[in-house]
Amino acid sequence: MIGGILVYAETIDSKIHPISFELLGKAREIAEKLGLEVWSVIMGFNIREHARDLIYYGADKVYVYDDESLKDFDVVMYKDVLVKLVREIEPEIFLVGATPLGRSLAPRVAAALDTGLTADCIDLQVDDEGNLIQIRPAFTGNILAHIKTMSKPIMSTIRYKVMSMPTRDENRSGEIVVKDPPKKIDTGIRILGRISRRAVNITDAEVIVSAGRGLKKREDLKMLEELANLLGGVLGASRPLVDEGWITKDHQVGFSGNTVKPRLYIACGISGSPQHLAGMRDSQIIVAINADPSAPIFRYADYGVVGDLYEVVPKLISMIKRVKGVGGS
Amino acid sequence: MGRGFRIVVLIKQVPDIEKVKFDFEVGRIDRSSAPAETNPFDLHALEAAVRLKEKFGGLVTAISMGPKQAESSLREALARGADHAILLTDARFAGADTIATSRALAAAIKKLGEFDLILCGEKTVDGDTGQVGPEVAELLNVPHVAYVSEIREVAGDKIVVVSDMGDKYLCEVKLPALLTVTRELNAPRLPTLRDVLSARKKRIEIWDADALADYEDPNRFGINGSRTIVVKVVVPGTEKRKGIILRGGDAVEKLFNILEEGGFARP
Ligand SMILES: Cc1cc2nc3c(=O)[nH]c(=O)nc-3n(C[C@H](O)[C@H](O)[C@H](O)COP(=O)(O)OP(=O)(O)OC[C@H]3O[C@@H](n4cnc5c(N)ncnc54)[C@H](O)[C@@H]3O)c2cc1C
Ligand SMILES: Nc1ncnc2c1ncn2[C@@H]1O[C@H](COP(=O)(O)O)[C@@H](O)[C@H]1O
Repeated sequence: MIGGILVYAETIDSKIHPISFELLGKAREIAEKLGLEVWSVIMGFNIREHARDLIYYGADKVYVYDDESLKDFDVVMYKDVLVKLVREIEPEIFLVGATPLGRSLAPRVAAALDTGLTADCIDLQVDDEGNLIQIRPAFTGNILAHIKTMSKPIMSTIRYKVMSMPTRDENRSGEIVVKDPPKKIDTGIRILGRISRRAVNITDAEVIVSAGRGLKKREDLKMLEELANLLGGVLGASRPLVDEGWITKDHQVGFSGNTVKPRLYIACGISGSPQHLAGMRDSQIIVAINADPSAPIFRYADYGVVGDLYEVVPKLISMIKRVKGVGGS
Repeated sequence: MGRGFRIVVLIKQVPDIEKVKFDFEVGRIDRSSAPAETNPFDLHALEAAVRLKEKFGGLVTAISMGPKQAESSLREALARGADHAILLTDARFAGADTIATSRALAAAIKKLGEFDLILCGEKTVDGDTGQVGPEVAELLNVPHVAYVSEIREVAGDKIVVVSDMGDKYLCEVKLPALLTVTRELNAPRLPTLRDVLSARKKRIEIWDADALADYEDPNRFGINGSRTIVVKVVVPGTEKRKGIILRGGDAVEKLFNILEEGGFARP
């Protein structure tokens, strides 16, 4: 029997979270190196139809748990299902997305299975001896630790958007195994409902223009929002602006906010504290606009403009408007 | 809940990240370069515990696993309203990964006896995993809710909270339970001088690995009990960035050109 790498396919509102496909892509790559198969597990309600997608993105076998009892994310219920499945199919490696859901669920599964779990990895490598090396930031993003797991299965949660999205191949074939739903038990948890949706999904943005404490008043956010819109992006913020109540936490970038990896990140009036850097340092292109030439952000930027953002940003806006042919001036 | 709430708060002492030095040539963390502080998220967990106690009566116990110095974080917890503090300290706890840490903390909570609620931070600024909370919940076989940003109400043996999973969800959970909390939950109060002085007189209990032997095999703590090992630490340099500073009167124009060439400012 060939062993496998199990990938947890996360669903939200009965749709698959794209991290699941990224994980399948990485799992495929490691599977080829180690001579393993790629397995996936998906659970929820009315999600059965997605099983095929998981095959198109790289799974050889998909285990499906589709039942009303799994409609809401009840962490204990989900954990029970996964623990039972892992004991049955005994994967070598088990990957979960480092989303809020994954980071709540995976540690419970790992503790129940008495195995190691590496959090929020940004890379997985196979060393010369065939060991899986899990690479993750720690110390608020100041270091990268290379970690090996001594127990089975090797478990890791993987950060969103660090693995590339594999191409969908509708010619791929695989096996779909529909499993019996778990027995409904009282876990003590009841999800009473979703009370708010995030205003922006900053983690998906290709361009982010972020505002920091260099901003003098709340109204000035409009200026940065205009720049963001012109670039087809969204507004981000450092924590102090969120603490002030100028903008909601959905926009916060950093250690206690969102980790982002856009194609372009423009930091305006942001000093570049370790906590802010932890959330954006892997962005493809980083631009910093800051009045203080010694601000640490410049050391992490591809392009820096030393200057007053109140001069730089309006100038930039009018230049972009000119090429876009919007507005006058 | 006639006897009031029995609340356990998990507190970790961490280095002050702003001051700690990272040597990126040898990939070393010089912990001694920075003063220690209480993990910022754990202060929010403690504040929530103290508020529940003030409202419903009860007892707040702070537990930390760490070296002897971690006593100062527990002393701070006492000043901030904890009634009782326990330090798990022993060479046999050292080198623990999250699962080995969780086993020690879970064993200590079992030894304490009955509890209604365990509160911990969403993550630590050094370990930065956010795993210890859910793992402790699993080892104690109680439900948990992660990323709690609001405690709405406590009714009988249930607590209703808001969980911030990106979207926010209202969750009801039966006690005993564990919650991991975000910074949005509250603003921790500063202890008064009187609080600090009276905390000095309180005793911090010290438990070693043997003290937990009835609840967990001491060989499963610390480095022996860990399932993961760190093979290498790399301090990422900043050399991969271009680091081009645009100067002069046409700096903005240069930036504009770069954005345009990058395809960001297409008509
Ligand atoms: C546990 C913990 C978690 C944290 N999590 C986060 C997080 O998730 N995200 C986050 O951002 N922070 C976080 N922080 C806070 C972090 O430590 C910093 O305090 C914060 O990032 C600073 O924000 P800032 O750069 O906007 O402000 P400052 O550090 O005050 O920098 C403002 C900058 O603006 C420049 N400036 C001023 N006026 C102008 C002008 N007119 N034009 C151009 N430049 C100007 C200044 O030169 C300065 O560099 C966290 C802290 C802790 C302890
Ligand atoms: N050594 C420890 N002692 C006490 N509590 C801890 C310890 N390590 C972690 N915790 C708790 O678990 C939370 C998450 O930690 P971590 O999994 O390290 O990110 C922290 O915010 C603490 O509340």
